[in-house]
Amino acid sequence: MPTPLPSTSISEVSDSKTIALQMEKVSVYYGSNLAVKDVYLEIPEHEIVAFIGPSGCGKSTILRCFNRMNDLIPSARVDGRILFDGEEITGKRVDPVELRRRVGMVFQKPNPFPKSIYDNITFGARINGYQGNYDELVERSLRGAALWDEVKDKLQESGLGLSGGQQQRLCIARAIAIEPEVILMDEPCSALDPISTIKVEELMHELKERYTIVIVTHNMQQASRVSDRTAFFNAVATDQGGKMGYLVEYNHTQDIFSNPKEEYTRDYVSGRFG
Amino acid sequence: MTDNVTGDIAPGSWSPKRDRAKAIQTIVKIIFGSFAAISILTTIGILATLIFETIEFFKEVPISQFLTDTRWTPLFASKQFGIFVLVSATMMISVISIMVALPLGLLSAICLSEYATPRIRRILKPMLEILAGVPTVVYGYFALLTVTPFLQIFLPDLQGFNALSAGLVLGIMITPMVASLSEDALYAVPRSLKDGAYALGATKRETVTSVVLPAALSGIVSSLILATSRAVGETMIVTLAAGANPTLGFNPFVPVMTMTAFIVQITKGDAPYGTIEYKTLYAVGMTLFIMTFALNIFSFWFVRRFREKYD
Ligand SMILES: Nc1ncnc2c1ncn2[C@@H]1O[C@H](COP(=O)(O)OP(=O)(O)O)[C@@H](O)[C@H]1O
Ligand SMILES: [Mg+2]
Repeated sequence: MPTPLPSTSISEVSDSKTIALQMEKVSVYYGSNLAVKDVYLEIPEHEIVAFIGPSGCGKSTILRCFNRMNDLIPSARVDGRILFDGEEITGKRVDPVELRRRVGMVFQKPNPFPKSIYDNITFGARINGYQGNYDELVERSLRGAALWDEVKDKLQESGLGLSGGQQQRLCIARAIAIEPEVILMDEPCSALDPISTIKVEELMHELKERYTIVIVTHNMQQASRVSDRTAFFNAVATDQGGKMGYLVEYNHTQDIFSNPKEEYTRDYVSGRFG
Repeated sequence: MTDNVTGDIAPGSWSPKRDRAKAIQTIVKIIFGSFAAISILTTIGILATLIFETIEFFKEVPISQFLTDTRWTPLFASKQFGIFVLVSATMMISVISIMVALPLGLLSAICLSEYATPRIRRILKPMLEILAGVPTVVYGYFALLTVTPFLQIFLPDLQGFNALSAGLVLGIMITPMVASLSEDALYAVPRSLKDGAYALGATKRETVTSVVLPAALSGIVSSLILATSRAVGETMIVTLAAGANPTLGFNPFVPVMTMTAFIVQITKGDAPYGTIEYKTLYAVGMTLFIMTFALNIFSFWFVRRFREKYD
């Protein structure tokens, strides 16, 4: 069994950027199963960081640590330190509800609420007690998600009536409507057609100006197209017959793809496994 | 080349018994088909009898009289056939029962599907199922001998037979139905929708009230309508606890007579075949049938119209 390499050197951001999110020795268990072990990771502000790796290696699990969505899975347990803007976000003292307003999320399958487009956007603002003008908020968010022109005449129609790509951009609009600092995206394009995928990718480049983005993708071209840094995860078989994920290598995307330090990374990005 | 491949197989090694399989298939189809036909034929038979006898009834009693009389006295010498006397009692008791079953059933459903830990669920669910399994005659005596005397402590005007107790207990009886059907509706709301709400910083309560309940609304409403139609058709509780005194109006403190209670009264005595009393039975039965049928159709339509499709 190859030993996971929690060597801190490859997980650190060498250039002097402000760190938005940070993980120190984070392990996640589902019940007694160790799903991901000892992840060290630093994610700088206003960058796009991609998580790649074979399926089941814990990319989504690690992503969900940043907005504590794992709290909603009864069997899940997270060990280690996770920092957001230098403050610890694990433990009982931090309210996950408040955290999730600052760390938004877009899911693999578009999941607009069965409400009007307008209400989809204002939902988060309402529950978070937004005081400003809601019409402006809706327009701003939809423009931010490059969806305004397509839906401006049917804001009162159901969000479920949109195409898959439009639904996903609606979910992005919904996420940016509560003005988060970070947007987590879990394979946001895997249910979309190629044209919608391109649209979402272009959108990410614009969003980067204002938000820090962490994206899980199974598509290596996508990772190399959109991201500034890439984290490669892998999984090893455990003695109990399960799989345990770990972070193999984390670096500038360019380096991961053209000059990987690890054998596994080289094999994976060259398509030899996974 | 391909010819060669098939040619290589010895002809004797495959002999599917296609003919026999087909014969069995046909027989099975006929058996299942006839079972399905039995239930359809029964329904048609019941409907045909109802319609036939109802037509006979309206040959003797004009429909205008049926709809406008203010008294219901088909067994007296001076006969009056104001169906709304019975309908008003049925409606009042059904409304009371829904006012009980809606909050109780919906809250139990929300509790079971969203809040209960597995342990609480293990206790609550069987309790609801026990409620659903209690014979209606037990509910009827419970209403008459326990609920009414208890209510009379606070409501001295309440008579021994009354619509209030019957409605309240009927509400308890249909609560499990509302709870179980609503829980199915809540359970069917996709996990991804709840996650979407949580990810926007919603609390559990906000997620339930603003996302889960609206998304399950069509199922909840249809569970209520089905429960109403169950309440409209319920017989034993109202016969035992609400009395047998046809009274027009919506006073829950006095004895009333529902449509089902009237049917019981007629069938207990012997109304000779072909008499007007006998035909009245069918006219009332037909009214009851139309009411529950309309409710069921409405529920069906409502679900089709308002159900959200998630794929
Ligand atoms: N809700 C869950 N309950 C139990 N095990 C889970 C759950 N979610 C994920 N896992 C397990 O954790 C491991 C990592 O899963 P995941 O984070 O979804 O991987 P990825 O996103 O890289 O495909 C897998 O072995 C998976 O079976
Ligand atoms: Mg995943």
